[in-house]
Amino acid sequence: MTKYVIIGGSAGGIGAVEAIREVDPLGTLTVISEETVPQYSRPMISEYVSRKATLDTMKYRGDQFWTKHNVQALTGRTATKIDFTKKQVELDGGTKVDYEKLLIATGGKPFVPRMEGGDKSGVFTFTELSSAEKIEATLEQSKSAVVIGGGLIGVSASEALVKRGITVTLVELKDSILSLILDKTASDMAEKVLTEAGVTVITGQTVQRILGRKDNEATVGGVVMTDGTEIPCDLVVVAIGVIPRTDIVKETELKINRGIVVDRSMRTSIPDVYACGDVAEAHDFLTNGNRLLPLWPLAHLGGRVAGYNMAGKKAEYEGGTVMSSLKYFELPVIAVGDVNPEDVSDYEVLVELKPEKPVYRKVLLKDNRIVGFIFLGEIEKAGILFRLLKNHVDVSTIKDSLLSEEFGIITLPEQLRQEMFVVN
Amino acid sequence: MKRISIKQEACIGCGLCQVYCTVEHSKSKDPIKAYLKEQPRPVSRVRVETNKPNSISIRCQQCKDKPCVTACLAGAMTLDKETGLVTHDPDKCIGCWTCIMVCPYGAVKPDSTGKIIAKCDLCPNLEVPACVANCPNEALVCEEVEQ
Repeated sequence: MTKYVIIGGSAGGIGAVEAIREVDPLGTLTVISEETVPQYSRPMISEYVSRKATLDTMKYRGDQFWTKHNVQALTGRTATKIDFTKKQVELDGGTKVDYEKLLIATGGKPFVPRMEGGDKSGVFTFTELSSAEKIEATLEQSKSAVVIGGGLIGVSASEALVKRGITVTLVELKDSILSLILDKTASDMAEKVLTEAGVTVITGQTVQRILGRKDNEATVGGVVMTDGTEIPCDLVVVAIGVIPRTDIVKETELKINRGIVVDRSMRTSIPDVYACGDVAEAHDFLTNGNRLLPLWPLAHLGGRVAGYNMAGKKAEYEGGTVMSSLKYFELPVIAVGDVNPEDVSDYEVLVELKPEKPVYRKVLLKDNRIVGFIFLGEIEKAGILFRLLKNHVDVSTIKDSLLSEEFGIITLPEQLRQEMFVVN
Repeated sequence: MKRISIKQEACIGCGLCQVYCTVEHSKSKDPIKAYLKEQPRPVSRVRVETNKPNSISIRCQQCKDKPCVTACLAGAMTLDKETGLVTHDPDKCIGCWTCIMVCPYGAVKPDSTGKIIAKCDLCPNLEVPACVANCPNEALVCEEVEQ
């Protein structure tokens, strides 16, 4: 019986458990998870704060997931060390767990830059339930918040807080929010819905230091911006980004670049050791290289692939790329790939813009391949483009139709269409 | 596993599949009420695409790799082990549209409330799905395929 050990019980770990059990119902399977709450969807913590979701509706899997999958779940425990020679994971308290196949799915941690006043009570991050619960607990007494970082997490946090009646100022150092995902036009449209909902968006600046309250220096009372402006607030959310949680494997022979480097089987540089999710640097189907892509669906997919391979069933990770589907204040946006190249001269750019609706659709092509697209307002057929992008399909014969009303499976080249309707 | 196959050459683009799908997924099951009165407005989970002279009727094809299930942020899109079908739980869906991003057929869409998605469920209450039963030119076939 194979001994499987998985460090991390979120999207990746859950995917691996399901895949391993599909193949091997008997092996011993241990999951080490710091969190004690049942499997929940981390992207839904903003819904939890805005009260759209409850702990119950946030469940990513059904009750008793570990038990049903015959998993020995070591919850509330931290893996502190891995001995790759002895094939052992050490836990807090000194317990050792032997493995034959190991998955490192430790995820990411919020990046919090050193900042004067950053240690005050009222400064939070926003990546897991415990931080959302802490924020939730302060909201009764809070009137205003400053969110640092205009990426996915910062905008989600801003939306959740403003929906709870908090006055929110969102601060982004770059010139536009969501700049890693959207181009300027789409970003401006997203900013407009945020602003209309009451969020104050400040770009091109960041928070220089966090101030204490007059009556209590240890508690957040405001922030000072780079230009010296003071903004009073009761809480600060730091949402600058996430970095791989590689602490446990630092100073080991495991190959780490920015994250743990894995091949398309999710294998690391050490035999029988796999990694996936936010901690891993895995395949990007657009660049055909490895990169960090801390996205929930990719963590889950990577976990599944790792699980299959750990259990002896060959599987290949198709990879991911920068890919996001957003719905801030009901504005639907799907953005995939390279949508904002520095030098656009090598690209062919197709655009449709109807600001009154609002609808904005843009497709970027390079050498007759789709390398990026944004669908804002109208998103139904985005997946068809996603597949063309992912598979590097030559679209030279259908270029004119990509943004047309007729675009769909019907306008794809005949051969491609036939392939799609063969029993798969 | 059941699946609705599409005979492209037989589709005449009449759009009846969309109508019958909409009505079957309405509360009243009455075309007039479904189209004019009912709120939230029922939506068709089928899309007839036309590019003259061709047309085709698109809905969920139950992909083998099930990208929508893997991508779902909420655990709302699941593989029903008994039926082998990709099944959507409207109570768990948060309308994040991630499944829409990865569906190669563009066969998932926001419903009329814009809060959750709608996709083909193969009409669980009918012996033969509404679109198949009412296609006048037999362009749609509901068949058992291997999983």
